[in-house]
Amino acid sequence: MRQTAFSARHGAEWAAMEGFLDAADRLRRGPPPPFPSHEFPARYRRVCQHLAIARARGYSHALHERLHQLVLRAHARLYGVRRPRWRAALRFLLVDYPRLVGEEWPYLLAAGLLFMGPLLALLAAIQWQPELTYTVLAPAQVVQIESMYDPQLAERVGREREADTDFAMFGFYVRNNTSIGFQTFVGGTLFGLGTVFFLVFNGLYIGAVAGHLTHLGYTQTFWGFVAGHSAFELTAIMLSGAAGLRVGMALIAPRGRTRRLALREAMLVGLRLMYGAAALFLAAAFVEAFWSSIAWLAPITKYAVGVALWLLVAAYLLLGRRHAA
Amino acid sequence: MLDTTRNVETPEGIELALRVAGPMPRALAWLLDMFLRGVIYSVLGMSLPELGDFGMGLFLLALFLLEWFYPVAFELLWDGATPGKRVLGLRVINDDGTPVRAAASVLRNLMRSVDFLPVGYALGVLCMLFHRDFKRIGDMAAGTLVVYASAPEARAAAAGAPVRAALPPAWPLSIGEQKTLIDFAERHPRLTGQRAEELARAAGPLVAGSGDAAERLLAHADWLAGQR
Repeated sequence: MRQTAFSARHGAEWAAMEGFLDAADRLRRGPPPPFPSHEFPARYRRVCQHLAIARARGYSHALHERLHQLVLRAHARLYGVRRPRWRAALRFLLVDYPRLVGEEWPYLLAAGLLFMGPLLALLAAIQWQPELTYTVLAPAQVVQIESMYDPQLAERVGREREADTDFAMFGFYVRNNTSIGFQTFVGGTLFGLGTVFFLVFNGLYIGAVAGHLTHLGYTQTFWGFVAGHSAFELTAIMLSGAAGLRVGMALIAPRGRTRRLALREAMLVGLRLMYGAAALFLAAAFVEAFWSSIAWLAPITKYAVGVALWLLVAAYLLLGRRHAA
Repeated sequence: MLDTTRNVETPEGIELALRVAGPMPRALAWLLDMFLRGVIYSVLGMSLPELGDFGMGLFLLALFLLEWFYPVAFELLWDGATPGKRVLGLRVINDDGTPVRAAASVLRNLMRSVDFLPVGYALGVLCMLFHRDFKRIGDMAAGTLVVYASAPEARAAAAGAPVRAALPPAWPLSIGEQKTLIDFAERHPRLTGQRAEELARAAGPLVAGSGDAAERLLAHADWLAGQR
């Protein structure tokens, strides 16, 4: 069949498909589409046939382009994205996420060791060798931290911060800590080295701060402050690290898949882990900004809340799994 | 054909040709987006601190969201293109030609902090130059492509073209040769007279011995397209 006859025969079909796609792309209601949606797949297959015929018979470039554009748009419409459903999100939160963490427990353990190991080691070491603080922190930073937690400066009744300063600190913590978490995660694509660096560095940093302040005896101000949000924050860092290590491991040992494919799968698993980490960072920032600096609470209350939150996080991650089975 | 076209086979057995975009247009799009974000930062930075520390908190939250999720919002809500990309005519899609998925968009934008290393997206550009489909590390990890969002070129049929007698070619032509003649006929309205004649002369023996080679080829093309 010649091209003009071909175009004449099928032109109406193509125009109908173009009208349908235009109606689907339009945001406001316009004229109704030329055919109902349930006819779309069959019509799409017909247009694909026409494109294949046009290619095989060497019809002109313009005709080919038109059909190709039509197929591209229709393909995107047919195989396009699905909307997330709220019930699926709830199920993810309660059931799937703890199960996911349970499956990836070796990476969580490794991240925990890489983070808490240097932290606790430096914290303990500083009690014997106080100068070790200065291997990690600059003297200016040490002075600033000391002034933040000096008990003499905190001899006030009531809140240590004003309410709107709290919100500023909330914004600061969200930005600062979540960014660190994201960077820990994506650092895993450098064969895990970025993640290891972030975990060890942050562990040393926190260990130095904690060790130095404990050595100075600022225990109530410092530990009272961090007790509340430590559960959420440290768990979030370890989850970010687990996500990053998972990605790094996929690149180091793809186990029978190509590295490209293994990377992609690992990134999706890592992203799901990061949902929890991001939520925990947000919760930690909330607690840190609005709760931790309340001065009229007795330290014992703060420690108790801190322990309770640790138990809560542990219970969620450990018990949620069994619920799934 | 150019090798910057990536062919994706669909379940219907059709090959879609996606024109992938190289580092240069992507860099320009990124600069435009940086400029736009800079404007937004300035506006927020001047207005929000007026609200005191509360405004500061809002500003920091806005900064966080803009740093990480500015591209994600546009890619998911505005057809796969940030304003910078839209100006350059680019679009982010999945590897298989479908509109970009939420997880893929988030991943490719989180990965910007790796692509940015050590400075100025050096790692990302290097990766793009070596990859067949100009993917940076974020694109590889998320399974996305940045392509030219081809606008359908509305080639209106040359209405009012001079009616000429359709003439069959002197001998049978192959499919490729037929296609070339029909393409020539479609390009003809946009060519100057001399250029059309010059191109038509390239047909060699087919137009030897005729005064106006372009007209001759157009007559052949009409016949091949089916006008008798």
